Amino acid sequence: MTAIVSSRPPRKLPLLEPDTAFFWTSGADGHLRILRCGHCGHWQHPPLPRCPVCHGDDLAPQKVSGKGRVISFTVNHQAWTDGQVDPFVFAVIELDEQRELYLFSNVLAAPDVLRVGIPVHVTFEQQEDVWLPLFVPVAGENAHG
Amino acid sequence: MAELPERLCRITGIGQSEVGRPSPRSAIQLTMDAAFQAIADAGLTPADIDGITNYPMKSTEGGGISPVGVGEAMFAMGLDCTWIGSATHEGPGHMSAIFQAVMAVATGLCRHVLVFRTVAQAQARLVSRESTLLTGRHARVDGNNAWTVPFGAVSPANMWALYAKAYFAKYGATSEQLGWVAVNGRRNAARNPNAIYKKPLTIEDYLEARMISSPLRLYDCDTHIDGATALIISHRDTAADQPNPPIHIEAMGMGLGGLGQGIHTGDFTCLPGAEKAGAMLWSRTDLKPKDVDNAQIYDGFSIHTVLWGEAMNLFGKGEALAFIDGGQRIALDGELPMNTGGGQLSGGRFHGYGHTYEACIQLWGRGGERQVKGAKVSAVCNGGYGYGALLLRTD
Repeated sequence: MTAIVSSRPPRKLPLLEPDTAFFWTSGADGHLRILRCGHCGHWQHPPLPRCPVCHGDDLAPQKVSGKGRVISFTVNHQAWTDGQVDPFVFAVIELDEQRELYLFSNVLAAPDVLRVGIPVHVTFEQQEDVWLPLFVPVAGENAHG
Repeated sequence: MAELPERLCRITGIGQSEVGRPSPRSAIQLTMDAAFQAIADAGLTPADIDGITNYPMKSTEGGGISPVGVGEAMFAMGLDCTWIGSATHEGPGHMSAIFQAVMAVATGLCRHVLVFRTVAQAQARLVSRESTLLTGRHARVDGNNAWTVPFGAVSPANMWALYAKAYFAKYGATSEQLGWVAVNGRRNAARNPNAIYKKPLTIEDYLEARMISSPLRLYDCDTHIDGATALIISHRDTAADQPNPPIHIEAMGMGLGGLGQGIHTGDFTCLPGAEKAGAMLWSRTDLKPKDVDNAQIYDGFSIHTVLWGEAMNLFGKGEALAFIDGGQRIALDGELPMNTGGGQLSGGRFHGYGHTYEACIQLWGRGGERQVKGAKVSAVCNGGYGYGALLLRTD
């Protein structure tokens, strides 16, 4: 079966801000990075200046596995600007590193094979100076949640 | 122990403008239509109003979300208020202006607060129908929106679709069940002269309507309108002299958390902030969820009623859609009549204030064809980002 991969939405790129630029450029070397507290080990996304768990201030971006699972997803059909839009998948991904460590993203897969709980891994789409972390299903695995 | 501030307050009058899509009346006209109606309903004159607030503060973003501020409203109506407030989008959302008014009355700053909510989103759509997030003058998106907009999620529909999908997956619920929220709303709206959509809607119509962001279809989404709602919150010492049987604010609750600040908690099948609001509310009263005889639950999207209803313990966890399924138990003559004026889905997006207004309609027995027999206790739940709830009752 040849799966029809869902389209990519019309994009408006994120502004690279002082606290977030590392995240949006992390994919330049093929790795996803998330801010982590050097004191208690808590992973924090979106980035914050201090750890919300222990209030330590020694947070730094650290490589993550890029693996996670689909907590939920939706197939958008509505054109939010004038004109047509091809359906695309918008999803929330929980990264394997920590419970409720969520990223919003697109999953590049046919909507009819997507299920809540399926494992995914990161891939990057570069546009200008931004590497958008997108996700694809891990081949040959089924939902486990 | 000091008395709860809400117990010192009563709702003594309500008003609502015409609903339009668009309305030919200006936003300030709509505001004054609702406000003067509420003032007269409370047996007062404009000279009696010594407090004013609204939700949210005036916005100039151009989308019509809050086109009238408290200052211009006060001057336009010739009011002379000593307490002037205005709630923001922060905190417990729509209900925050009512909470402010309660505190102002309870602390003795004023006796009669005019609370209003005006929207002119239909008029704004005449200028542009496009999402301002995509077409705004900035080439890039910043702040919390940066986490979702680059992935195409420019509408709250996309975010709430994630909740609906996760809820369906966890509890085995279905679109056929969720559709009854919309069908019930339309059925009630047909009996509400001021509702925007009254044409009958069947569950088949619901399922055949176009998909917006799966599993949310067209009729899962509320509809923008032009209109204003006003209510008068008075001190209980004056309420006894006013014409309407005073409506007690038995308890209130507020909470924040989950969705809306860029940081998400929970598993997308519940609203942690609304659960805080519900817990606070029930901790302040001897009444129980089973005492509620009508529920006015925020329905910006149909799924809100499910999540909010569970957060308020009106439904068991994971059981809301089984209760809603078929539409009988939430009908006007059902166990828990819900969104008796049509809600926002069919009544129009009065943005939370239509729900408090409708609760008062029911408690005063003014519902006409949509009156719930013997309505005495209303639960009102507002918000999809910040959360606030009221428990209202008759004497």
